[in-house]
Amino acid sequence: MRIRLASVVKTFNTFRAVRGVSLDIPSGELVALLGPSGSGKTTILRLVAGLEFVDSGEIYFNEENATDIPVRDRGVGFVFQNYALFPHMTVAENIGFGMKVSAVKRSRAQIQERVRELLGITQLDGLDERFPAQLSGGQRQRVALARALAVDPRVLLLDEPFGALDANVRHDLRRWLRGLHEELGITTLFVTHDQEEALDLADRVVILDKGHIIQDGTPEDVTRRPVSAFAMQFLGDVNKFGAIVTDGIAALEHGVTVAASGVRNGPAEVYVRPADLQWSAEAPGLPAHILRVMSRPGSRRIVARTDSGETVEIDVDQDHPAATGDAGYLRIARATVFAADR
Amino acid sequence: MSRRVLPGLPLTLGITLLYVSIIVLLPLGALVFKAASLGFYDYWRIVSSPRAVASYRVTVLAALAATAFNLVFGFALAWVLVRYRFPGRRLLDAIVDLPFALPTAVAGIALTALFAPNGWFGMLLAPLGISVAYTITGIMVAMCFTSLPFIVRSVQPVLEDLDTALEEAAQTLGARDGTIFRQVMLPLLTPALLAGVSLAFARSLGEFGAIIFIAGNQPFETEITSLLVFIRLEEFDYPAAAAIASVMLIIAIVMLAVINILQARSLRYMARAR
Repeated sequence: MRIRLASVVKTFNTFRAVRGVSLDIPSGELVALLGPSGSGKTTILRLVAGLEFVDSGEIYFNEENATDIPVRDRGVGFVFQNYALFPHMTVAENIGFGMKVSAVKRSRAQIQERVRELLGITQLDGLDERFPAQLSGGQRQRVALARALAVDPRVLLLDEPFGALDANVRHDLRRWLRGLHEELGITTLFVTHDQEEALDLADRVVILDKGHIIQDGTPEDVTRRPVSAFAMQFLGDVNKFGAIVTDGIAALEHGVTVAASGVRNGPAEVYVRPADLQWSAEAPGLPAHILRVMSRPGSRRIVARTDSGETVEIDVDQDHPAATGDAGYLRIARATVFAADR
Repeated sequence: MSRRVLPGLPLTLGITLLYVSIIVLLPLGALVFKAASLGFYDYWRIVSSPRAVASYRVTVLAALAATAFNLVFGFALAWVLVRYRFPGRRLLDAIVDLPFALPTAVAGIALTALFAPNGWFGMLLAPLGISVAYTITGIMVAMCFTSLPFIVRSVQPVLEDLDTALEEAAQTLGARDGTIFRQVMLPLLTPALLAGVSLAFARSLGEFGAIIFIAGNQPFETEITSLLVFIRLEEFDYPAAAAIASVMLIIAIVMLAVINILQARSLRYMARAR
């Protein structure tokens, strides 16, 4: 089902959580709302669910105006950050709850059959008589998902779905959830503050800050063509250099230049990913010396200080001979330039 | 074994057991011993005398009614204190403890003054044909007053810990408010409610000071068991006093046992989770 938000505004007391957000999510898409805390991402999710109501603007489900439909009639599946499983009910009772209380009457046998099916889909076979307290974090997460899917939701909403899990469980669940989404094809919206999670899982990433949409695009769009310094910084580690732009060329110190077509003349900021910086023993480049070298599974990260006193990070090959105390030069292989704020 | 903050187990265990024995078990033991000195026939004659039976009836009925009233009202009060923010909330929260702090005799005198036919409340109720002072209703009112904090203070912390996401989750699954209350919230609050009920009921059974001023204390009508025990003591009839008191003891023990069983049942999911 297609979801459309039109100029949605939501204020809590004096805090403007969402400030005029418009968003169009085609049916069957898996979309990540990515942003730091306080960016309004969870509020948007709760507005779509009907757990909060907009101050102004509209929310459409397909062509239907869903703005004022109460949560229980919206037909959304919501997975809460801490799962919110009913602690006094077994796994099977949790999953069956939505069907039991539904206005659509189902027989006990029908409910049992559907619960069994969902236990299979979520790989929880044999755990139906357990209580939530007897499950691992990953299992609880899947119970919460099964419970949300049991009511045949028109849209699936996930609030920080992997936030409380170990790194390796998270990785597996992410891949599993992507597979499940492809199988079921339910329009899915999830909230995360983890850029890697958003890029790995989503068809489309919506980057939010202070209640506004900063950028809305495919993982490729947002990583390769960030529209602002905020998007650039939020999507991963980045080094920042001051520069002056003259006719499409950004000039840094020591005669280093990078292309900056389309950036207005004047002071600018040059953003470079650690992997797009190179370390060389000889000039040309920005002179610097190495403070520290960290080992990563497939690479080494150099922390260096330029002669002008800025600390930078550089990713190099794992066989690179760099060592603490070395002096050398930084070369910029790829950079993104934004005009400095006036 | 990891280091513990409080001193060694044998010492603390010894002190607490000694304390419980001296303060709780010894008087109860003396009570049972005194009652037993009567012999079965005399014991039965005293505890089943019409006046004693009438006093059990008055006490237990009034305590049940007061507890039922406080179960609803105390729960509502706890709900309001936890879920709403309003001016004066802190003050209301503090007032809940007042029945604990106020000497019960003072409460009894105040209630009597209010509910007497010429008191503020009594004046309003009299034209409706309702008399509170010097009736079993008055006993109930006094019991309500002194036992209110037990329900509120038992439920309040559990309600505070109750994750509102559970209610929201039930809403997203299509449940109506009544269903959410009955099937999600009530089962989780039941242990706390039962704990509050047992404390409130026990307190009501044993209440003395607040009641004797408002009750009128007519034998067979508005005489509570504690008062009858007191009267027997005044008459230096210690064995009779002990016999009647032992009946209250039995009622209290049975009630605590029943509530403990109910509580264990409602916490089954936690026991199985271990």
